[in-house]
Amino acid sequence: MNVSEFLVAAPEFWILVMACVVLCTDLFLRPERRGIIHMLSILALLFAAIITLRGDYHGDGVWAVTAFNDTFIRDPMADVLKLFSYATLVLVLTYSKHYLRCFGLFRSDFYTLTLFALLGVMLLISANSLITVYLGLELVSLSSYALVAFNRDSSRGSESAMKYFVLGSMASGLLLYGMSMIYGATGSLELHAISEAVRAAGREDVLLVFGLVFLVAGIAFKLGVAPFHMWIPDVYHGAPAAVTLFISTVPKLAAFAMAFRLLHGAVGALHADWQQMLVFLAVLSMLIGNFAAIMQSNIKRMLAYSTISHMGFVLLGLLPGTPEGFGAAMYYVIVYALMSAAGFGMLILLSGHGEEAERLDDFKGLNQRNAWYAAVMAMVMASMAGFPPFVGFFAKWLVIKAAIDAGLVWLAILAVVFSVVGAYYYLRVIKLIYFDEPERETPIRVPVDFGAAISLNGILMLGLGIFSGSLIAICISSFRF
Amino acid sequence: MTNSTALLSLLIWVPILGGVGVLLAGDSRSAVARWLALLVAAVAFLLSISLYQGFDSSSAAMQFQEYGNWIETFNIHYHLGVDGFSVPLIMLTTFFGVLVVIAGWESIQKKVYQYMAAFLIMEGLMVGVFCALDAMLFYVFFEAMLIPMFLVIGMWGGPRRVYATIKFFLYTFLGSVFMLIGLIYLYLQAGTWEIQAWYALPLGLAAQKWLFLGFLAAFAVKVPMWPVHTWLPDAHVEAPTGGSVILAAIMLKIGGYGFIRFSLPIAPDASASLDWLVITLSLIAVVYIGFVALAQQDMKKLIAYSSISHMGFVTLGLFIAFGIFRNTGGTAGAAMGVEGAMVQMISHGFISGALFLCVGVLYDRVHSRMIKDYGGVANTMPWFAFFAVLFLMANSGLPGTSGFVGEFMVILASFKANFWFAFCAGLTLILGAAYSLWLVKRVIFGDVANRNVQKLDDINAREALVLGALAVAVLLVGLWPQPLVELMHASVAQLLDHIIQSKV
Repeated sequence: MNVSEFLVAAPEFWILVMACVVLCTDLFLRPERRGIIHMLSILALLFAAIITLRGDYHGDGVWAVTAFNDTFIRDPMADVLKLFSYATLVLVLTYSKHYLRCFGLFRSDFYTLTLFALLGVMLLISANSLITVYLGLELVSLSSYALVAFNRDSSRGSESAMKYFVLGSMASGLLLYGMSMIYGATGSLELHAISEAVRAAGREDVLLVFGLVFLVAGIAFKLGVAPFHMWIPDVYHGAPAAVTLFISTVPKLAAFAMAFRLLHGAVGALHADWQQMLVFLAVLSMLIGNFAAIMQSNIKRMLAYSTISHMGFVLLGLLPGTPEGFGAAMYYVIVYALMSAAGFGMLILLSGHGEEAERLDDFKGLNQRNAWYAAVMAMVMASMAGFPPFVGFFAKWLVIKAAIDAGLVWLAILAVVFSVVGAYYYLRVIKLIYFDEPERETPIRVPVDFGAAISLNGILMLGLGIFSGSLIAICISSFRF
Repeated sequence: MTNSTALLSLLIWVPILGGVGVLLAGDSRSAVARWLALLVAAVAFLLSISLYQGFDSSSAAMQFQEYGNWIETFNIHYHLGVDGFSVPLIMLTTFFGVLVVIAGWESIQKKVYQYMAAFLIMEGLMVGVFCALDAMLFYVFFEAMLIPMFLVIGMWGGPRRVYATIKFFLYTFLGSVFMLIGLIYLYLQAGTWEIQAWYALPLGLAAQKWLFLGFLAAFAVKVPMWPVHTWLPDAHVEAPTGGSVILAAIMLKIGGYGFIRFSLPIAPDASASLDWLVITLSLIAVVYIGFVALAQQDMKKLIAYSSISHMGFVTLGLFIAFGIFRNTGGTAGAAMGVEGAMVQMISHGFISGALFLCVGVLYDRVHSRMIKDYGGVANTMPWFAFFAVLFLMANSGLPGTSGFVGEFMVILASFKANFWFAFCAGLTLILGAAYSLWLVKRVIFGDVANRNVQKLDDINAREALVLGALAVAVLLVGLWPQPLVELMHASVAQLLDHIIQSKV
């Protein structure tokens, strides 16, 4: 082990240090000056972005570098996903600050926990061995469990934290079990070595295929695709909106990375087997997600089911197992994180007076209260529904193309039909915003940084759609094999 | 031919960015919003006139082409260009862009800036549909224009507006996603999104049939063809006047344009073998929907059904070409059918737009669209009666008006394909006259029916300007269709060359 290995993982070390700094700084701060913690966290993320961008490790045509006995890998995909994790987390923290202040929850634990969760996300993104995968996963999960119960006085929050913890532990157990089988069959924990061994063993090895089933189940749980989606609506609903905002965005990026590292990096030779499983999961997710979302009157639950269907779409991108397919899925998941951040940000924007805005009816007549925020929400909904020219359309289009690439035209047709079903409940939100009379006339007041962030986030829905070329190119070119 | 002034981009983006500018005017400055919207729409119309002047109608090639990168990873380009099919439709769009702004001047009082902005943005997107030569770009414009229309119907519409607008949106969205799958398939086959490159792409008959059905799903809903027309009467009845006008005058034409740009040249063999399907549906629309129109109590519904019936002529005119090939082996008669379909599209744009504006004039005064609430309007509104009767006559296909030219050309062409096609199509002259003239009798003439009609004021200068402009257009195309037909002559010949050659 030498210094250059530490440099490969410099962003991770930086976030680790800053999480500890945030934790300690709070001890010396009076409660009314906690804004400093917020600024410190934002600065930590900005600086992490600089470190990640400056990390010039593949100067001479090296695609990826590994460190710490090949347990850690850094490649273009890892860098892109990490950068978007920071960016999304900046949005999340900006929205959350307002929420936490409104509800008397503005404590520095929130920042410590999200930073540690981010560290887990980064580890997962850069994992190159089963141990690192598990380490990162648990770091994200444990921080998330604690965050869901962040409001200690809320019985609903504690209940959903419990539910999340029990189900999450079970999923981790499944994943560990699968990993142990893979280890038993291949004799290695390092993903590349596993991949070689799997290719040699072929598809006849029953132990491997069994291990694969458990791996897929674990990934499915973390992504939140049906039939492993049960925790999503309850956790999204029970957690404080700021926490829902967090767990619906940044960890999804990591879940995608985990799917790629394990499915392609470790068991790529079993493509035909996991493709079948993913087809089943994708269809079920799009079906359950879209139809169940129609019936919700609570917008947090509606967005929860919409997440399930979005993750079904992400799976479509994984199906062909080609660089283009994985690039499409990555594009989708990044776009989803941005859309979801804006969606929950709007919920926080409408919250206040000691109660969360979580009924769909809270959006009634938003256009008459504030035309600009109404337009932002409408753009987010149009983007989630996949209407061009919003960015969500390009994401849907790419993964549908991936499904056709994989020779699954029937699945593509099914996907577009489900997206029409989904359009209904997104349109319903637009309808509430524009066609209905407001229930209350109170003007919307938010801090300047919140307003700027949500405006930027809304404009991104349109801007990334109209100028979609560069982000698509970045995502597709992040994969090469 | 590359044009350095980027005229087509201006035609698309001036209205869209102008619409955003109108949004900035805000709710409190409605007058600013109105004048700014009028200015933007007028500029767009002037730009389209210079497009017409610069267009070389002797060439079938795409003109005013613009080419730029968009999504390089997938070979998607910002590629614009116009031919003889697009230019008349673009002019129709910008012309109505001005008219709807004027028509909504006083009748819209709520959220004026958003109303004007929605129409301007929609105008830019519709021009984009007619210019796009890259299939992805086409699809984006094609879908994006639904959103402003959704808001227009839902925000300024009638009592059942929410039902109508969601039905409108989901119907058209469902149709177009099947087309998207077809487009992706074509891209994977050809490696490019250039629509014109797809014309030369060899495709098996089975693949062509699937593609044809995918396109049919998108465009049949848009036209709309029987039996997927049911969204149209609802949308028309609930939409504000401007919404109905744009819907009838422009959006329906995008369906017909889609057949010309995609279905026929990309899947010619499938079109030839499935032409019976489209012709049957068109004739059902012409005859059956004509009867349905006769039974309507609501003026807007009546015009909506009459639209469906008239649009049946467009699809008929396009698809009888194959029957004519089979019978005569040449393209001479087929050209008349296609040109008739195009003339019918333009003419129907003028007439249906004018009729919806007429209903709007009455609705603004009496707040009713029911026929039974009127009678003897001519007594109190003589000028209005003059225009309304003119447009209804044109609607029934009176020679000398634009309504006659397109229908006549299509009927004449269908004789060469099959006598019974021509016979059924000819029925429309009777049915159209029946429902149009009966409407004249019940609404315009007769004794003054009630106190509301007694109190009516005749049209003001603003309304007279709008209706007068349309009356001139209807008569001009009716009496002197030659410039319009010549504009598309070369493009029609090229289209027929494409579709007569088998691609299998």
